Amino acid sequence: MAKISVDGIEYEVDPDNNLLQECLSQGLDLPYFCWHPCMGSVGACRQCAVKQYRNAEDKNGTIVMACMTPASDGSIISIKDHQATDFRSHVIESLMISHPHDCPVCEEGGECHLQDMTQMSGHNYRRYDFKKVTHRNQNLGPFIGHEMNRCIACYRCVRFYNDYAGGEDLAALGSHHHVYFGRHEEGTLENEFSGNLAEVCPTGVFTDKTFSAHYTRKWDLQTAPSVCAGCGVGCNTAPGERYGTVRRVVNRYHHDINGYFICDRGRFGYDANSSDQRIEVARFRHGQESQFNTLSALEAKRQLNAMIGGDVIGIGSPRASLESNIALRDRVGVQNFYAGFSDGQFNCLQEVTKSLRETGLVCPSIRDIEQSDCILLVDEDITNTSARLALAVRQASRSAATELAKEARIPLWQDAAVRELAQNTRSPLIILSPQGTRLDDVASELHLLRLTEQLHLLQAIAHVIDPQANDLDDYSEANSSLANNIAEQLCRAQRPCLVSGISAESPALVKACTNIGKALRAHHSKNAESPRPIGLCFAMPEANSMGLALLLESGGKSLGAALQRLAQGNVDAAIVMENDLSLRVSAVALEEALAGQTPLLVLDQQHNSFNAKAQLLLPTASVFEQHGTWVNYEGRAQSSYQVFRPSEGILPAYEYLSITDPVQQCLVSSELIIQELARSDSRFNSLTDLRPPRTGISASMKSPRQSHRYSGRTAMYAQAHVHEAQQEQDRASSLAFSMEGVMLQKDASLMASPWAPAWNSNQAISKFQEEVNGELKQGSKGVLLCSRQSNASPYERFDIDSEQKLACFAIAHLFGSDEISAQAPAIQARCVGPYVCMGQSLANALGIRQHGLVQLETATVRVQLPVIIRSKIAQNCIGIYCANEVDKYALLNGKVALQAVSEHESHIASSRAMFDLLLIKDALRGEA
Amino acid sequence: MTDRPLTKNIDMSREPFNLGQYRHAGGYDGVLRMFKEMSPSDVLETVKNSGLKGRGGAGFPTGLKWSFVPSGDNAPKTKYLVVNADEMEPGTFKDRLLMEGDPHLLIEGMLIAAYTIQANTAYIFLRGEYLRAEALLRKAIGQAKEQGLLGKNIQGSGFDLEIILHTSAGRYICGEETALLNALEGKRANPRAKPPFPQVSGLWGKPTIVNNVETLCNLPGIIRYGVQWYKNLGKGADAGTKLCGVSGRVKKPGCWELPLGTPIRELVDDLAGGMSGGYELRAFLPGGGSTDFLLPEHLDLTLDYDVIGKAGSRLATGTMIILDDQTCPVGMVGNLMRFFSHESCGWCTPCRDGLPWVDSIFRRLESGEGKDADLQILTEHLEYLGPGRTFCALAPGAMAPLGSALKHFREDFEAHIRTGACPWQK
Repeated sequence: MAKISVDGIEYEVDPDNNLLQECLSQGLDLPYFCWHPCMGSVGACRQCAVKQYRNAEDKNGTIVMACMTPASDGSIISIKDHQATDFRSHVIESLMISHPHDCPVCEEGGECHLQDMTQMSGHNYRRYDFKKVTHRNQNLGPFIGHEMNRCIACYRCVRFYNDYAGGEDLAALGSHHHVYFGRHEEGTLENEFSGNLAEVCPTGVFTDKTFSAHYTRKWDLQTAPSVCAGCGVGCNTAPGERYGTVRRVVNRYHHDINGYFICDRGRFGYDANSSDQRIEVARFRHGQESQFNTLSALEAKRQLNAMIGGDVIGIGSPRASLESNIALRDRVGVQNFYAGFSDGQFNCLQEVTKSLRETGLVCPSIRDIEQSDCILLVDEDITNTSARLALAVRQASRSAATELAKEARIPLWQDAAVRELAQNTRSPLIILSPQGTRLDDVASELHLLRLTEQLHLLQAIAHVIDPQANDLDDYSEANSSLANNIAEQLCRAQRPCLVSGISAESPALVKACTNIGKALRAHHSKNAESPRPIGLCFAMPEANSMGLALLLESGGKSLGAALQRLAQGNVDAAIVMENDLSLRVSAVALEEALAGQTPLLVLDQQHNSFNAKAQLLLPTASVFEQHGTWVNYEGRAQSSYQVFRPSEGILPAYEYLSITDPVQQCLVSSELIIQELARSDSRFNSLTDLRPPRTGISASMKSPRQSHRYSGRTAMYAQAHVHEAQQEQDRASSLAFSMEGVMLQKDASLMASPWAPAWNSNQAISKFQEEVNGELKQGSKGVLLCSRQSNASPYERFDIDSEQKLACFAIAHLFGSDEISAQAPAIQARCVGPYVCMGQSLANALGIRQHGLVQLETATVRVQLPVIIRSKIAQNCIGIYCANEVDKYALLNGKVALQAVSEHESHIASSRAMFDLLLIKDALRGEA
Repeated sequence: MTDRPLTKNIDMSREPFNLGQYRHAGGYDGVLRMFKEMSPSDVLETVKNSGLKGRGGAGFPTGLKWSFVPSGDNAPKTKYLVVNADEMEPGTFKDRLLMEGDPHLLIEGMLIAAYTIQANTAYIFLRGEYLRAEALLRKAIGQAKEQGLLGKNIQGSGFDLEIILHTSAGRYICGEETALLNALEGKRANPRAKPPFPQVSGLWGKPTIVNNVETLCNLPGIIRYGVQWYKNLGKGADAGTKLCGVSGRVKKPGCWELPLGTPIRELVDDLAGGMSGGYELRAFLPGGGSTDFLLPEHLDLTLDYDVIGKAGSRLATGTMIILDDQTCPVGMVGNLMRFFSHESCGWCTPCRDGLPWVDSIFRRLESGEGKDADLQILTEHLEYLGPGRTFCALAPGAMAPLGSALKHFREDFEAHIRTGACPWQK
């Protein structure tokens, strides 16, 4: 620790940081633009100028930029010094000379860092009386709006987009005061994290286009702390609602998970909530009638109760909340509760939970991954399945740069200098994948291997690290030098990390990765070195994959077993909750099960081909409309709070399932379900601490979901009724549907939208952190459900399938693979249809041209799909993207025969247009 | 021995010396002896002792700069020498004379510098418009390669040097050494934060020395004739000779090599032939566009870094621009402001947004629509764009002529506002 003096007051600070960061950590107000807590300093904007004195005798001092000056021991600075304040107001004045006076119609207004800093710097009179510089805007695609005239050239956008997120299609163009931030030509921003530009930009240059389409001021949004349901990472979000619709989703800081950034699926998928596919009323049909009758809410509950009787089975869902899964399990009984996963995922998850509990390996948080110095990424295309993980892996590749900078004594916050020093020096990121990935640019090695080849290699690596792990087979021998090389890098690393997933639906893969982790631990303990944290994690495809897996941990039953019971026709009814079973099993298997004529009750949010077959279809609440608990890939349970009440008739699934008397109001709440689980099941004990204690809220007052500036409360629904509607009551949480209550000033436990006096933008977050980039004050981090025991469990044994002539793997896409977000119009604009990818030699053998059609045929299915021929793909292998419409399990589990289909030029052209959206950089040009 | 080590071979009426002629005149002798007799640290000591200061403008001691390059076993193996030949300072044309007049002198200087810091790759970052210099340098580098003066194991010394000539796409800011490095790497020509200095983390993150053309051209003489000879060249406190130029309404504008310490009057009156008929000298910028104006009373000062510094300006590039009594000082400074404003890289706020405002005010003053408040705003910019306020030295450099003009020619500024027209536009 170092001591510095700021305006005569002493503070204890970290000398490894810069003055700006330390001043903000101390809660002082010092304006800035180009500095970003996560991206360090570059000294461009000059806004954070302070006066620094050489010693106590020095009365003159010099102006320095706080962001570029180390907070070294004994520093004496002044923020209030008049020369410094003068300079800062000059900076603002010149930043504003071309800034349009469009705050009243600017999306950023009211949460604009530039507005805040202008106020803070005291510039309020315009002296510049020449023409402003103006720019032309670009259409940057469905996500991001562009209004360059507002730009103050802080360079944050390109630093985030290019340096941090690895994007390539945004640049600072032009020079002097005509510098322009945009693409080389109009077009969709390619990077998966482009939405963060709206939050990184300190003013309204880059804005959330979907938000603009149904805009509401920040202060008029009702918000609550939420968790993204887009995948299994569990990023914290803050959705905002007005007039019963979600208007936007923004990042909510979580120290260990998402930090300051979320992916574009999480940010722009929210509009699915008001899509025309949303189920809004309950409906019912008798027997085999094709006509549906709509039901009132009360009728729906009655019908539900009438149908649940006798022998009823329930099929849960990895995309439903923990509460809903518990409620379903309790309603039908443990013996009748079945997993909602595909059987392949079910088998994988059994291994993953075992690995989480028994191996004593660390399941790394996103922050842990960012700090890893060697990553082995196996099979999973994390950019498309758990995008935030990929952003973390990208940062981890900079660990080597950190080391170099330390050696050269360059402070780590000197962002540009550290990058310059390191150039392309990167920590090992070894990728085993059947196809090229979006992380290839930072990968130290990319090995294009089919799954079976990967398994053999993993086996060999484990064997090299610890010969006890497994024996070597012929294949492994042949690859021993590769295995040696990878093993050596893993052993050398201080914080090695294995990242994989369950997309391949291969339990052997989970076991093989786990074995490497175990082997590494054995290796280090044998060599009597200090214990190193060895990270092992598996990306989870859905928000509650892990939660449901943990519920089913002991004696869970697979979906296959459920379908078998249905096919036998000996159950009275089946409840399928928030689950499109057509995406979990092959069409034939589903048909066989439904042929049993068992009455089908489906609870869901969106219409789909499966729930069209239901006898009773009940509309359920989305993640925004209910309190819920979600368990991420780490086994970390987190609460999401209801942002707003859904329209009449839509209920959280757990409420439907807990109703025993339709006339009575449901008294079961998410909180009660979770508390009951914590009490009754020792594995979930820690859930008692999940929500902040209500006693923390003073004088029994709740915290408001609405800001103290929320406007129009009495007028919002005046067209319907002149009286102000009674406020909704929220008995289930510490939050109120109100603007009254105890504001969570500096208490982040329930904070959705940070605000502090003079800090209206998201930059206010520093006021809620223990220190800049630190934990949130009193913040809820969630609770880790899997206690890691360090008992050395034996190595896993597994068989590797014999090599097939042609291997198929499933492709996932960030936009499209997640069934809920795929209903959002902005996401749909980025979605593509199903396709097949293959290498050149296979295409040649089949006589297929680039973007031509291929027919895939198995015993049960025949489809024709466009082809993309790419260079980065494993030999004798095809990837199939099913787009949630092609029968995935029929293709992946069957023996596929391929055949070229002659097609028209027009078809090729339309396929080409579709593939352009995909941005596969290694797609081969020209004709095959 | 010569008293004009920089220009002794230069005769602009003929082609520059080819390698044979250059060697015949004693060229490369010093280098060859250096390879045989001197260790890199010997050369470093020699250059330090010579008192050579950087001729690019800042006047930083060259030997001292080199000594910051990490050496020894733990030092990075790859190091670079970069020649700053991006001569774009208004009124400056001295490096051009050297490169067009005697390209082998630069190559010899580069060999010495590269050997000292043990760099095996050297870049010449050449102003894009210097087409003749480019052609001559390419030819000279080719000859040197052919004769084994560049390449692997030069003359059996075990030292390798490859020279790569890079022609700039053309921005003034590329003369700033770290912006130059960024440009050389193919990035935007924005300056870098210092520290870390290029000597530690420069081109592609490796230790790098960036030296001006003229600085390097001083080295062959120092190595060949020794420190004492070099020190004796200077008449005053500073060692060596300096290329000095004069532009403006003088009879014979041009560029000459003078011992440091020569009185300015000798340069203006004798070499440049004095003012053209009917013109009086009103003021002059002693070292290019980003230095403060000096007045006729300063003509008796000597060309020394410290002497000019004490008078409130800088010797900088040593190429002076003369303001005569029939040219509008507001117009002249306005022209400079337009240049600097246009050449701002756009990185830091005061420079990017401050200079265009200054420029706009000058345009208004010149058109006779200036306001009293304009002078106040200009004055405020002097501090706002001053040293330490901006990311690099471009804007503070631009403020030098502005500040001194506001001091010396306030009358003229006020006349523009008062009369609503430029008094020189009749």
